[in-house]
Amino acid sequence: MTENLRIMFTPEFFMAILLPALIGGIAVTICSSLLGVTLVLKRYSMIGDGLSHIGYGALSVAAVMNLAPLKIALPVVIIAAFILLRLSENSKLSGDSAIALFSTTALSVGILVSSKAGLTNDVSHYMFGSILAMSKSDVILSVILSAAVMLTFVLLYNRIFSVTFDESFARATGVNAGFYNMVFAVLTAITVVLGMMMMGALLISSLIVIPTLTAMRICRSFKGVVLVSGAVSVASFLIGMFMSLMLNTAPGASIVIVNVVFFLIFMAVGQIIRRSGKA
Amino acid sequence: MKKILECDKLTASYDGMKVLSGLSFSIKEGDYLCILGENGSGKSTLVKCLLGIKAADSGKIIMGDGLKSTDIGYLPQHTNLQNGFPATVSEVVISGCLGRRGFRPFYSSKEKAIAQQAMERLGIAELASRSCRELSGGQQQRMLLARAMCAAKKLLLLDEPVTGLDPAASAEMYELIAELNQKDKMTIIMVSHDVVKALDCASHILCLCSNDHSFFGTPEEYATSHISSKFIGD
Repeated sequence: MTENLRIMFTPEFFMAILLPALIGGIAVTICSSLLGVTLVLKRYSMIGDGLSHIGYGALSVAAVMNLAPLKIALPVVIIAAFILLRLSENSKLSGDSAIALFSTTALSVGILVSSKAGLTNDVSHYMFGSILAMSKSDVILSVILSAAVMLTFVLLYNRIFSVTFDESFARATGVNAGFYNMVFAVLTAITVVLGMMMMGALLISSLIVIPTLTAMRICRSFKGVVLVSGAVSVASFLIGMFMSLMLNTAPGASIVIVNVVFFLIFMAVGQIIRRSGKA
Repeated sequence: MKKILECDKLTASYDGMKVLSGLSFSIKEGDYLCILGENGSGKSTLVKCLLGIKAADSGKIIMGDGLKSTDIGYLPQHTNLQNGFPATVSEVVISGCLGRRGFRPFYSSKEKAIAQQAMERLGIAELASRSCRELSGGQQQRMLLARAMCAAKKLLLLDEPVTGLDPAASAEMYELIAELNQKDKMTIIMVSHDVVKALDCASHILCLCSNDHSFFGTPEEYATSHISSKFIGD
């Protein structure tokens, strides 16, 4: 353990590996928690999960064909996000089974293609994430895209609130709810693909869902939930990263476990507040 | 009084079925119109057309006095407020100002003042920082009515505002609506199932019937017409 600590704080390791991972990671965790608030409240939690599996399929195919992974995965996932949101809105088709169908198909294609081509090692990075192996250009791209997601969220904050809270009223006041749902699909797709590279396809949806659920245990206001979920997810990320380096555990899984611990603590605190409020 | 809204031979369909055909009526500023009708008679479709969410197949809706469909204060049917949504009363109420904002992203002090005024007018100012999931049914409806008032320039469109409320809360709600109509000179359009109450408080009745015979007139005229008999049961 002390050996790990010593390596961690050598300037070379810090500058070359840890710092980029931290910057990219913080950017993506903030994005996923912001979008998570709306996805959870609109009952779209599973879309993030479905998209990550579709992204995995796309990344595997891209890797096998020797194409730049992100350039293939981003458009594929954005298109998938449109389709899944449409299906979830359309009550004639059951959204959750459609997501299951899409995501398992894409996952299977990804596994088939990559195992056939003998690329299992490379591609398993996307399954479980590889935050410490991100290239400099990956980090720069993540930061730019995350900044764009955050800026869009802040500028559209009031509209996002209105569409999330009550879509029929939002439409009546002249807000083009369909358009904002599409914008939302694009933002979610970008975040999911970026998150996959770090956390892995299996765990990215937890970054979207858990911080919001955590914040909802104690916050009364929408703004409070947005701010607290962002703070909780950044804190979980930092603690989880530190833990994984100290104990040599998988970073993605460590971050998720820290998130779950925060959730349990907030749940207990929320219970206590509610009890004392009633007494 | 000036005409504020006119429907001219409006025809509209829902899911491919024609539910409104050749509907004509008009209301003036300060009117209180109740829209009655059975389920499936086209009330919700008419509401959507008035709000500009849905296009009519033919016919026109003409707004007077520079009113736009987004200037209508809308109180949706009770069903879509989800349980456990984290939002404070003031966050919900001010979201009614969104239509006034255009493309500017944040609310100004002017909009905050409008929201504050609406909350005071409806007696929920002291609930402003409470979470909407802690409110009673009646308080929730007041909150949504305050949001509608933020959006409204002159016209409030209320879709079954008392559904799900207990008798005391319904009575309060009706009283509040009547006050907004008389004191604040708000024009009211209310979709309702409560015929007796409608005859009591409205200045005009629009009754949509499935067999193309719709009625438009005053409560007195409605009470003596043959359409009313099957609703009131003589």
